[in-house]
Amino acid sequence: MKLITAIIKPFKLDEVRGAVNDIGVRGLTVTEVRGFGRQRGHTEIYRGAEYVVEFVPKTKIEIAVEDGLVDLVIEAIVKSAKTGKVGDGKIFVFDLEQVVRIRTGERDSSAL
Amino acid sequence: MKKLPMLAYLASLTLGVPAAWGDSAPTAPLLVSADKISAGDTAWMLTSTALVLMMSIPGLALFYGGMVRKKNVLATLMQTFAIVCVVTILWWLIGYSWAFTPGSKFLGGSSRALFVGMTFMHDPVNQLSVSHLALTIPETVYAMFQLTFAIITPALIAGAFADRMKFSALLIFMAAWSLLVYAPIAHMVWEPSGWLSAAGVLDYAGGTVVHINAGMAGLASCLVLGKRLGYGRERMPPHNLTLTLIGASLLWVGWFGFNAGSAGAADGRAGMAMLATQMATAAAALSWMFAEWASKGKPSVLGIASGAVAGLVAITPASGFVGPTPAVVIGLAAGVICFFAATSLKHVLGYDDSLDAFGVHGIGGIVGALLTGVFVSKEISGVDNTVMTQFLIQLKGVAVTVIYGFAASYIILKIIDMTVGLRVTEEQEREGLDITLHGESIE
Repeated sequence: MKLITAIIKPFKLDEVRGAVNDIGVRGLTVTEVRGFGRQRGHTEIYRGAEYVVEFVPKTKIEIAVEDGLVDLVIEAIVKSAKTGKVGDGKIFVFDLEQVVRIRTGERDSSAL
Repeated sequence: MKKLPMLAYLASLTLGVPAAWGDSAPTAPLLVSADKISAGDTAWMLTSTALVLMMSIPGLALFYGGMVRKKNVLATLMQTFAIVCVVTILWWLIGYSWAFTPGSKFLGGSSRALFVGMTFMHDPVNQLSVSHLALTIPETVYAMFQLTFAIITPALIAGAFADRMKFSALLIFMAAWSLLVYAPIAHMVWEPSGWLSAAGVLDYAGGTVVHINAGMAGLASCLVLGKRLGYGRERMPPHNLTLTLIGASLLWVGWFGFNAGSAGAADGRAGMAMLATQMATAAAALSWMFAEWASKGKPSVLGIASGAVAGLVAITPASGFVGPTPAVVIGLAAGVICFFAATSLKHVLGYDDSLDAFGVHGIGGIVGALLTGVFVSKEISGVDNTVMTQFLIQLKGVAVTVIYGFAASYIILKIIDMTVGLRVTEEQEREGLDITLHGESIE
């Protein structure tokens, strides 16, 4: 099992959700986050006072999947979250040791 | 002097129309028969009074509340709300009397302290008191209307020292300022025995009394208090410009009570004042927006809202004296000039006028007061002076208010600073005034 974490542009969330849903992902977790990468911050000006916004708002999604689904999920995220401009985000893949469904106590594959 | 109100009262019994006061025009509050009251005028002035109170709460409170950081939003709202309450009580105590009853050239008398003599007696006497400044409405309505002006003026000052004044010091400052600065200036400019009024200074709705006065007090307070911690180094963007835009919109709507209500009547001049107010506000909002767009690259929400307020400020002394076209010119000038005052002048001179109380109200008030002298229309106002004569009279009114407003505020603030202390501790300022002064926070 793997845990796929992707940092994407916030307005791409719905497209990404649709794309991974289509290939059989049955759950994901979303967090609003801030950060910076190649896309630098931007400048805001209020009555002549300039503020550099160094951390850009992003959306983080986390998806736990069977090993066999990993490449499909990565492909779906890349396709749906891509704009081609700086700041599209990144995908990180981790090994996942255990999964437990709290309601039933089921473990691993049957809990996914 | 004492006989005049009686004479006027007798005249009111014999002459049918208020316009026929002639040479015996009253110079002090007086009792009249209830049938001298105009229902139309009174209805409009009751409405105007409510509109002007709405400018302070929630209008100004939200306008300022949205511009501060999240840790100071409740403290900022609280300042405005508390000022409403403090000034109201002081107005009853002596403020109204010092401002709007005859006295010396500089301060009114104490005959209306605790509103003594302000009365309404129903049948069969059927008489009530009226102010000599508004003969067709009950004095109760006039005193309430003027109270709402006395409230918003000190509330405006709070924009200059946002985020760093102790609440206790604020209460003392506002009480002292209301009685020692607002009441005398209002008396000098608006009450016929005041020397600036006698000198012919034109201030229809408070360009000098309200805006220059508050602006200068704002400048004095940001100089005495010093800059906010981290000013110029840390991020201090407005935390919620939606609140600010709602506040600016409430100010705009309420300002029709402010300016058109200053006619004291529901008449043609009130209509002209309302028209001029709308023209100037739109013109100033656009001129600030385009100036910002051209020099900073984007037309901002805070910019267009600030421009509208600058226009409202500048047209305040002129509304009721000028037609719609001069109003557009006044608005265009105010928008651009206040934009540079708030964005450039402030940084060049290095004071921290946090929410631009001086940059918008002080500068906008001066622009409006001076341009009133240039554009005053004889048809609308009956004032028949050459442009140069009236401009010089306006300059005198501006100069007196600038000097007195600044000096008196500075002295009051210094005294408070040396006694109870003016500024919160560094730790309180870092943590935010909401939690440290009021024990509350929003999240």
